[in-house]
Amino acid sequence: MTALDKKPVLEVTNLTVAIAGGGDRANAIEGVTLSVMPGEIVCVVGESGSGKSVTSQAVMALLPKGQLSIVSGSIKLEGDELTTKSQAQMRAVRGMRAAMVFQEPMTALNPVERCGDQIEEVLEIHTDLDAKGRRARVLDVMRSVHLPDPEQMIDAYPHQLSGGQRQRVMIAMALVLDPALLIADEPTTALDVTTQAQILKLVREMQVRRNTGVLFITHDFGVVSEIADRVVVMQKGRIVEQGTKAEILGAPREAYTRMLIGAVPSLVPPDRAPVAGAVTLETVKLNKTYGARTLFKPAGRVVKAASDVSFQIRRGETLGIVGESGSGKSTVARCIARLVDPTSGRIDLDGVDIARMSERKLRPFRKNVQIVFQDPYRSLNPRRNVGQSIIEGPMNFGLSLDEAMTRARDLMGLVGLSPDALDRFPHQFSGGQRQRIAIARALAMEPVLLIGDEPVSALDVSVQAQVLQLLDAVRKKFDLAVLFITHDLRVAAQICDRIAVMQRGVVVETGRTVDVFANPQHEYTRALFSAAPGQGFGNRIGAGEVQKVPAL
Amino acid sequence: MFAFIIRRLIATIPVMLVVAVFVFLMLRLTPSDPAAIIAGDNATAEQVADIRGKLGLNEPILTQFFIWGAKTLRGDLGESFFFKKTVAELISDRIEPTLSLSFFTIVLAVLVAVPLGVLAAKKHGSWIDRIVMGFSVLGFSVPVFVVGYSLIYIFASELRWFPTTGYKRLHDGAGNWAYYLILPTLTLSVVYIALIARMTRTSMLEVLSEDYVRTARAKGQIERKVLFRHALRNAAVPIVTVIGLGIALLIGGVVVTESVYSIPGLGRLTVEAVLARDFPVIQAVILMFSFVYVLINLLVDLVYSILDPRIRY
Repeated sequence: MTALDKKPVLEVTNLTVAIAGGGDRANAIEGVTLSVMPGEIVCVVGESGSGKSVTSQAVMALLPKGQLSIVSGSIKLEGDELTTKSQAQMRAVRGMRAAMVFQEPMTALNPVERCGDQIEEVLEIHTDLDAKGRRARVLDVMRSVHLPDPEQMIDAYPHQLSGGQRQRVMIAMALVLDPALLIADEPTTALDVTTQAQILKLVREMQVRRNTGVLFITHDFGVVSEIADRVVVMQKGRIVEQGTKAEILGAPREAYTRMLIGAVPSLVPPDRAPVAGAVTLETVKLNKTYGARTLFKPAGRVVKAASDVSFQIRRGETLGIVGESGSGKSTVARCIARLVDPTSGRIDLDGVDIARMSERKLRPFRKNVQIVFQDPYRSLNPRRNVGQSIIEGPMNFGLSLDEAMTRARDLMGLVGLSPDALDRFPHQFSGGQRQRIAIARALAMEPVLLIGDEPVSALDVSVQAQVLQLLDAVRKKFDLAVLFITHDLRVAAQICDRIAVMQRGVVVETGRTVDVFANPQHEYTRALFSAAPGQGFGNRIGAGEVQKVPAL
Repeated sequence: MFAFIIRRLIATIPVMLVVAVFVFLMLRLTPSDPAAIIAGDNATAEQVADIRGKLGLNEPILTQFFIWGAKTLRGDLGESFFFKKTVAELISDRIEPTLSLSFFTIVLAVLVAVPLGVLAAKKHGSWIDRIVMGFSVLGFSVPVFVVGYSLIYIFASELRWFPTTGYKRLHDGAGNWAYYLILPTLTLSVVYIALIARMTRTSMLEVLSEDYVRTARAKGQIERKVLFRHALRNAAVPIVTVIGLGIALLIGGVVVTESVYSIPGLGRLTVEAVLARDFPVIQAVILMFSFVYVLINLLVDLVYSILDPRIRY
């Protein structure tokens, strides 16, 4: 694909971007050199804080003013130096010759403006087309990104579209003027796997049809193996290594790259022995319906978030619920923790039905079910120190301050943090450490059932592996029943004894993880598995690799 | 949307009913006897009793309420004790100055405050931002009458650019009408400029860090349009809320401003009525302002749904 006679679309040479006032380091990126050829997809991979997004923002001259600034190096777009251009000159470049697609299509589109108008805006800025010509062009590009019924969708607002459709609108907006360079900053991270597969296919199709050079930023090696021509690996603001996809994924030279690749969980589950403990949790025909019809809204929409969900979890067993967003997996978890009230059905916890218990009667049972949430940045109260967060629950259940503090100190050690850190505040910890704290907080209640609601989805792969390992370790140590909610099949494959696949509120398939992965029965399960990016990737590394990653 | 408006209008009925009960009871629960007030200081007991009979004050209280309610619904607000005119006449005489003053105040406040707030948010942390915020604190804390007398002193007494006090009716010429309203409008709008500018700044600051603002810049959009087309409309809901509240609270400011500038409007009528214990007038004014308040609330809700398509009723 990379013919030598062609000139690169993008050439970044020795680029250094300084952080004003200095954070944990003086420069956000240092000495970054990379290039993108026409019709080539270059993936930049790295963990959070590696500087991959800063690189893309520098190219677009969208660095946050006063915080980050280019101090040296050059950025050439089709041979044209960008670093010396004024903002006014850069405006003519942005949207016209270089365009960008962002991670979260819900927030990246203006919620109060029609989709068609937002695409049309690019034409208003950069072309002399009249209203009729612009509309025709918008409909054209909407068709080319396979948006259904463009005549209708042109007048729709972003909230009326699905996540995948929104991202298609973003891509249409970026490509409407056929830019030479497309920068895609984690464009599929916020999407479900099946949608992700479609969007990746679309990016590939567009890039081939229009010969666009694509700088594709991602943290997901599955995506890299799916889409990249060449790969650039970044760590702490520097490029660690770069090369063709085969070179980087097949034979990485640097230890860091090997570690990153090694930390990606395999899609092949290890063969875990069946768990024979007593049944801790059993749900029977659990239902949760939102938006009942009322007197004033007889035609109100009724959403069955969970319908007839029945499963069991034994002591010492991890049951995974996998499914896409809106499948009802979080609803089920919240019903079991009685954070939302189920509409009907039974939730037997150690033989006691808690589904319809009054709040007062439920109180003593509350400690038995604990949750670790997805986003460790928002699930800990920023104004209370870690110790206060951990001891609050046990003290509510009658422990004295001394006893609770002793327990908190023990647990901090158990989750791999220093007990001396109890008087520090959440912002002083990294994401992975915060998730460890969240686990300690949950364990402090001595629960019998631990629910993880996407507990590793917000974490980098290397950290993800460590937290998964910790979760598995505490399950063994305390003989806990674990309900593990995830959309990530790789994670599910590695940590779950059994999995339940949910679609639109219904459990379509359950079984031992090995069996479901090896021989999925339901059509939806098969579709879900085949959409997972990078099918072959990482599997030869084999099961159990997770355990080899050193803890903090 | 239409169904929503109808539903909301119907919902105003119980609200107005509650207001009406309070307004009605206000007159009956005061220690002073309205009949005695009307009769005057030198009246005999027979005269007072006679007036009581005429006013229907000897009927059971529930009957009185229904009689009063029915009259009010017909637009008969009774007769002023003090001015010896019907209340309806009084109000229609006095409403023009107040409406004019309120209208100019809100228009001026919005026209000045919103761009100021946007500018302050855009130049967040700069001296412009600090000046706007400094002015805002000042605007909140200086009482309306101080602003009023200061403006009169500078622009009317010293510079002689504007008349010190008074009001000219619209049908006597729009030029003079507007000219006489300039100082009162400036006076009253200070606090609203402060309030709305502050809200605009806060709301804009929040919105400016949103992803779609970055998207707009990535399209190559010029900064002015990024601010006004993309950011401001998204920031508008809290701003509109504050403007709505501002209109509802105008009455307090109107009372003071009209007194300072001797404008014969509803504000001064209210003050005079309260001082004279002119209950029919007080009742009518309260009823009217409550109704306006309810309508403004409805209007604000409608504006929400125009500004943000995600809000649907």
